[in-house]
Amino acid sequence: MKKRVFEGGVDYVQILDKDGKVDEELEPKIAGDTLKKMYYHMVLQRKWDRKNMALQRTGRIFTYAPCEGQEGVQIGAMMATEAQDWIFPTYRESYLYHLRGVPLWKINLTWRGMEDGLKLDPKLRMWPAAIPIGTQLPYGAGAGYTIKMRGEKAAVLVFGGDGATSEGEFHDALNFSGVFETPCVFLISNNGWAISTPRKIQTKAETIAQKALAYGFQGLQVDGNDILAVYKYVKEALERARSGKGPFLIEAITYRMGPHTTADDPKRYRSEEEVAYWRERDPIERFKKYLYRKNLLNEEEEKKIEEETQKIVEEEVKKMEEFKPDPKDIFKYQYGGKFALTKNLEEQMKECFGE
Amino acid sequence: MKAHMVKALNMALYQEMERDESIVVLGEDVGVNGGVFRVTEGLYEKFGRRRVMDTPLSEAGIIGFSIGMATTGLRPIAEIQFQGFDYNAYHHIQQHASKIRNRTRGMMHCPMIVRLPYSGGIRALEHHSDSLETIYIHLPGIIVVCPSSPYEAKGLLAACARAEDPVMFFEPKRLYRAFKEEVPEERYEIELGKANVVKKGGDVTLISWGAMTYLCKMAVEELEKKGIDVEHIDLRTLHPCDWETVVQSVKKTGRCVVVHEAVKTLGFGAEIATRIMEKAFYYLEAPIKRVTAWDINIPLPALEDYYFPDKERIIKGVEEVMKEG
Repeated sequence: MKKRVFEGGVDYVQILDKDGKVDEELEPKIAGDTLKKMYYHMVLQRKWDRKNMALQRTGRIFTYAPCEGQEGVQIGAMMATEAQDWIFPTYRESYLYHLRGVPLWKINLTWRGMEDGLKLDPKLRMWPAAIPIGTQLPYGAGAGYTIKMRGEKAAVLVFGGDGATSEGEFHDALNFSGVFETPCVFLISNNGWAISTPRKIQTKAETIAQKALAYGFQGLQVDGNDILAVYKYVKEALERARSGKGPFLIEAITYRMGPHTTADDPKRYRSEEEVAYWRERDPIERFKKYLYRKNLLNEEEEKKIEEETQKIVEEEVKKMEEFKPDPKDIFKYQYGGKFALTKNLEEQMKECFGE
Repeated sequence: MKAHMVKALNMALYQEMERDESIVVLGEDVGVNGGVFRVTEGLYEKFGRRRVMDTPLSEAGIIGFSIGMATTGLRPIAEIQFQGFDYNAYHHIQQHASKIRNRTRGMMHCPMIVRLPYSGGIRALEHHSDSLETIYIHLPGIIVVCPSSPYEAKGLLAACARAEDPVMFFEPKRLYRAFKEEVPEERYEIELGKANVVKKGGDVTLISWGAMTYLCKMAVEELEKKGIDVEHIDLRTLHPCDWETVVQSVKKTGRCVVVHEAVKTLGFGAEIATRIMEKAFYYLEAPIKRVTAWDINIPLPALEDYYFPDKERIIKGVEEVMKEG
């Protein structure tokens, strides 16, 4: 006997094309204020991101991982969450803390080399960004189990990149999440490159989304530079998760316009033509056209947002530079409870500060 | 009641899970099967599959999942079936469990216990007999605990279940069923970070933990008959270590022998010896002696007795130190 024991497929969705034309059948109903807020954050994020590149070049922050080109997937996904959802970002999503009220100057302290930038109230339900690739994936799965145990109506949004899908953590996270049916949405920003390694070297698979099928749940591929598609499908997946229907994988196709970090030179491994191709598919430009057509934005308002966001960025830099960390903090948070400052650490702290 | 270490640990897990609903036990075969060493026996029946989880076969997955649970409000107690298999989870402990409190400046922490049946002496297969406590002691932010008897195991595990940071709990598997002793049925804690002076003495300080404490106790009895008055310290918590008790003792005796199952090079004995040099050098009457496993890969079980310290080597080590100076 021979019979087919598994069938599966993966859809690709784009709602807003590169010229800002919308697929009306798929267009989500989103309140005007929400659409404007999306635009505002994308503009502010890009201004802040470009400012950070400049700050690094002038030695005012250390190594920085830029996010230009990925605003659509990042803002779209984050705005699809609810306050009770846990978020597990990577280093490239650091702007997203701002959407839960963390000021930009504080986020930037991390890039300025100070832990104070990660001093995040757990009530925000955002994990400090993971630097080692993919490690946040199983932590997100575990957080989903906490939600399940407590019977909360919440979900977990776990970010990752195409490179992270090659790590064992990707397997562990999706496998545990599938087996224990944790309310997790794994969002893979496939930006084409892991430093100099192209997506095709990460996996022979046609899509990353299809990997979900092997773990017993569904995957979807979306145009990550289309904020409408990202918002709509991440929101749907989170709602599914909150209602107990288990995990979901979304692969968002996007592009990293800049270097991997300020320590990288992408000219060594990718062509100018490729970058130009993606410049035409910019997430902000197409969304702007959409808003103009919907009469939610005009030249005057656009200019106002430009000026306002520019001003915010400048002010936040000033606040960032005014902040002074307490050097003694490096000793004070190794342990809690009775080991908070052991005699051993106290002695070393005194030696360090010449007391 | 009289109990061996497996029973003592099992009692502790049962009591802690009853006391604190946020505790979840997870690992390979810990549920229906009650764990390959039966430490989690009966928990699945009592607390159900949501709190006693049989997981997929992945050490990295178990620890990664646990870190996610621990940093969002649960208290996972994970079992790694054999410590020799924890290397593929080590990066999670090193990169995140140990650092989360510091990198968030105290806003988040990771209260989890990783139970690690470790070391040899049970004729296990290749790769099952490592003693890698040192690689965890090397990590700031991690608590490393190693009980030496059923009584110690129950009290220390209870204390760990209320600790605020990740605990690597090394269980000497050769002691699991080696002997029984009186273990109170009611809950009690043994303070973390406090060494136990097993026996007071004036001639020489003998330092050990885990299964080596058991061997050292036997050695101390024989040495007593030979007229050597040993002060025997069981460290219990290896990290952060109770250096005060160690240093005070060596200042009194002027001589010290450290015993461990890990290899000599960069074993914890190296750190202990150095600390003594820093704090009590002028009190020493003889060089510090380390009785350890040899600097070789662990032999397969047929030849493993050549590898681990035994009672005779401990006695010889103490006698050597007594002859000096």
